[in-house]
Amino acid sequence: MRRFSLLLCLLALAACEREERRFRELPPAAARGLPVRVSVLQPATPLPGPNEPGPYAANAYGISEGKRLYQWYNCSGCHAQGGGGIGPPLMDARWIYGGEPENIRDTIVEGRPNGMPSFGGHIPDDHVWKLVAYVRSMAGLAPKAASSGRSDHMAARPSEQRKKPEEPGTQEARHPG
Amino acid sequence: MIAAPSLAFLAQWTGRHSALDPAGPQAERIGDLWWLMFWISTGVFLAVLTALLAAILRRRREEEDAPGPIAPEARHRLTRVVAGAVGVTVVLLFVLLFASVGTGRALGSLSSRQALTIRLTGQQWWWSVEYQDPVPGRMVTTANEIHIPTGRPILVQLESRDVIHSFWVPNLHGKRDLIPGHKGEVWIQADRPGVYRGQCAEFCGHQHALMGLLVVAEPPEAFAAWLEAQRRPAAPPVTPAQKRGQKLVETLPCALCHTIQGTAASGKTGPDLTHLASRRTLAAGTLPNTPGHLAGWIVDPQSIKPGNHMPANTLQSEDLQALLAYLGSLK
Repeated sequence: MRRFSLLLCLLALAACEREERRFRELPPAAARGLPVRVSVLQPATPLPGPNEPGPYAANAYGISEGKRLYQWYNCSGCHAQGGGGIGPPLMDARWIYGGEPENIRDTIVEGRPNGMPSFGGHIPDDHVWKLVAYVRSMAGLAPKAASSGRSDHMAARPSEQRKKPEEPGTQEARHPG
Repeated sequence: MIAAPSLAFLAQWTGRHSALDPAGPQAERIGDLWWLMFWISTGVFLAVLTALLAAILRRRREEEDAPGPIAPEARHRLTRVVAGAVGVTVVLLFVLLFASVGTGRALGSLSSRQALTIRLTGQQWWWSVEYQDPVPGRMVTTANEIHIPTGRPILVQLESRDVIHSFWVPNLHGKRDLIPGHKGEVWIQADRPGVYRGQCAEFCGHQHALMGLLVVAEPPEAFAAWLEAQRRPAAPPVTPAQKRGQKLVETLPCALCHTIQGTAASGKTGPDLTHLASRRTLAAGTLPNTPGHLAGWIVDPQSIKPGNHMPANTLQSEDLQALLAYLGSLK
């Protein structure tokens, strides 16, 4: 009986989405291309807002791959280790263009005014989604169980796993304007 | 040498990837030690088995079965046998110890002031090879294939970009680890020309088994010609298809990770492709370098080497052909 329950636990672990490693992604043709909305005004009833969590939102492998790609694609060149520099910080609660996964994806793919380049077509779609998952984990918005527990290199800040999401508004209080 | 009476079943091991087919002075010393250990162990094994067999087959004598103390002459005989066996064992162990220490010292004695210095950086799951030169513009970067001149000591500086790897070319030398944050080095030398396969010998993740490399030992003139060819930037495209291919490399995701000297592609995270067509293999010794394999690798690398860091690329067929035409021209 004990052996059986142990086996059951192991099986449950194997089915864990957190541990899933998808090496072969869906072909890009299967990826949706939603229109990017530059304006919030829409005719008739507005379409539901972005609520797509992204394929790697709770996937530890995807988030750790995002962490590697964040260095490889030189995101750190402007955003540093999340604290910002040339670009805005990514670990606080202030999102200029929205902090939902879909917003962050649009920011990466389409670029934003004042310096954010558009990486669409230069970075494969699954890499963009891995970056989205990682960027959200930097702000403490990803599930704790899936976030990275440690950094491979010198730690500039506590790991993503220990990051608690900031209360919106505290940021403005600290840095007025 | 000791290896001369090699057994028939060992003969099939010798060849491209074998420590028993030494191509350099160090591998020869290691090979000699190997054969010495092999013959001593074989002798000991046979002696022990013979003694065991003799003990089993020997007919019991009546008087030995009788209870009581062992006769003094039998006790002396047993003492002599045990003392002799212990003596032989000690002598043999010392022979092996001295042979091993001597081999270690001989391996460490290779050095030269006119050495060729190569920096080998291991990463998941390929090798970056950089030929050092006092003039930065004359340094050469390639991947997964080390060309060396015969008869000249080579200093290989070992580094790792992620986890621990191990550099092992059995025909040339033993294993040496590549440890992140630590600069290691190993001297190698090949005395006869040939292509010797190397392999990562420290488990380093998903595709450890497919992290191979080739060491191509050439006569010094051939090596000098090769190095001079590698110093040149990539060949400019000639045909319209090649021109289109170059534009694709520079605009598609390729350029974010790969470098092609002389073009806008200058990514540093993937293997240098400046002279891709001059190499023998693709993906760290995984595939022979043919246009068909290259096409398969570009379109779906994850089916060939699952988990590697190259993403799949969806291309129109004419774009893929243009890309292949350009990459095939990078001699």
